[in-house]
Amino acid sequence: MTLEVKGIQYTYGKYLVLDGIDLPIVEGEIIGILGPNGCGKTTLLKNLNKNLSPQGGCVLLDGVDLEEMAKRDIAKKVAVVPQTNEIHFAFTVRDIVAMGRMPFQSMMGGQSSEDERIVDEAIRRTGLEKYAERHISTMSGGERQRVIIARAIAQTPETLLMDEPTLHLDISMQFDALDLVSRLSKELGMTVVIVSHDLPMVARYCDRIVMLHDHKVHAIGRPEEVLTEENMRVVFNVDAELMLDEKSGKHTVMLHGSLNKYRGVNNWACGSLRK
Amino acid sequence: MHLSMRSKILIATVVLMVLAFYCVFNDLSWISAGKSYSFSEVWDALTGHGSWASEIIVRDTNAPRVVAGIFVGAGLAVTGAAMQAVFRNPLASPYILGLSSGASLGAAAGMLFTIPFIPALIISPVLAFVTCFLTMVLVYSMARVGGSVRTETLILSGVAVSALMSALVSFLTFIAGDKLEGIVFWTMGNLGNAGWDEIAFMAPVILMCSFLLITQAKPLNAMMIGDAHAMDLGVDVRRTRLFVIILSTVVVAAAVSFVGVIGFIGLVIPHILRILLGPDNRHIMPLGMIAGACFILICDYISHVIAPQYGTLPIGVATSLIGAPVFIYLLIRRKREVGWN
Repeated sequence: MTLEVKGIQYTYGKYLVLDGIDLPIVEGEIIGILGPNGCGKTTLLKNLNKNLSPQGGCVLLDGVDLEEMAKRDIAKKVAVVPQTNEIHFAFTVRDIVAMGRMPFQSMMGGQSSEDERIVDEAIRRTGLEKYAERHISTMSGGERQRVIIARAIAQTPETLLMDEPTLHLDISMQFDALDLVSRLSKELGMTVVIVSHDLPMVARYCDRIVMLHDHKVHAIGRPEEVLTEENMRVVFNVDAELMLDEKSGKHTVMLHGSLNKYRGVNNWACGSLRK
Repeated sequence: MHLSMRSKILIATVVLMVLAFYCVFNDLSWISAGKSYSFSEVWDALTGHGSWASEIIVRDTNAPRVVAGIFVGAGLAVTGAAMQAVFRNPLASPYILGLSSGASLGAAAGMLFTIPFIPALIISPVLAFVTCFLTMVLVYSMARVGGSVRTETLILSGVAVSALMSALVSFLTFIAGDKLEGIVFWTMGNLGNAGWDEIAFMAPVILMCSFLLITQAKPLNAMMIGDAHAMDLGVDVRRTRLFVIILSTVVVAAAVSFVGVIGFIGLVIPHILRILLGPDNRHIMPLGMIAGACFILICDYISHVIAPQYGTLPIGVATSLIGAPVFIYLLIRRKREVGWN
């Protein structure tokens, strides 16, 4: 499976959000799309499964332009883990994971035995066996996200897109979620695209990183190539450096502080609050 | 005792079918205060072997009312389930969102005024559809805050718009002159308003729309988790939402324009079924149709026997007497869960 992004442009009204983004995505890798808030990274992600359509350029899935594919056929190859919100209806975990099979079923059709096997497998791989009959409305944010990951796995996707997977999660759950995804990526040979502004997490888990700045690709490559002090200063306005965490043997980013500190500016301090 | 989903659905279907038969016969058997036919007499009257009086009462007086009730109850229940899914909100329903009042404005206008070239029978339904749809658009756009619809804003907009629509209906009632009594009783709901001609128009419309709504059960399930999830599963969320809203509007308009405002069915029935069977719309929607029909027939029977010395209680009052406390209970429970904010 290949997913290629060729020079896509996207504008909201007159605001240019993506300005000619090129992105070769390598099969089986975990690729992180990094950028500060408002740089267009979520918009880019939505363009990767036709939730939004680019005004210029194209996204090719196995060589076919997404614009020429039905949403259902895209859903058979590309699954998404969006940010999860509260769910007021008492679906069980199994109900929701089973929805992952929807793109493969007819309008009114039920589960085939093959579907059931895949759903069980997804539940097992995400470690949700004990929770299968629990109601989603009673679960915490981290547990809900795990269920949504299981639903995405049940879509048997070749590519998994994740939108800010660490947002709103406890720190230990952030590690759990990304450990789970990188394990699944290896076991299933699944390509994972993660959109985030969480520098240490992206440095730790991603094989390659794309840094967006001013609506363009600023840098692309392995973590040590992209997460240079210079790049993080320009794009994120922070004094930070990439380090090797000796205990885990993984990359991490040490954040020393905002650069505004040295310039004597504080974006949050309003006149009336200043002492 | 832990039952599998399949056996629960089977049991629910059988129980509801039996209940439905009972309700139909029960409601057909009513004669007058304290008097009713036995079920065998009802059967004889239906098959043409009954007495002259029983055939008139059962077939000409009671049967149209019962048949109208079946379609209206079924249609309103399935619409309620669909709207709750489309708004991701267990408290959405045609009555609470003001759709019923919206439709009643058009229907009342249709009763008072004649429009050239449109047959009298369909003026009310057509106008009801127009005002009902406008109400839906108004309530939905008022309730939308930054792309999402919250329960509190949805219900508040429903109440506000509903108040406006009811005031306009009251105004029409005020200037109705000799048609006043008809409109007043119609706004409180009256299954007896519908004769066979009206049923022949209303029934196919409601059946068709309900069937189309049920075909959307699976995409609606995905939308109950969230629009983003549904989109990622290949559902065309915008088209599905528009389709479901239009179908719901048609059902409400058809029901309201012939039998008046009958509230709370769309709220109560899907809710009870969800507690018993879980939220899957593939079960809730079809079974909701049977349950909605049962509910309205039970209410109709109660409205006949509760105070016979004063005549028949308007059915909208009966459904509200049962439905409003359920609604209050749901709000209190929600308050406990998330608090008001």
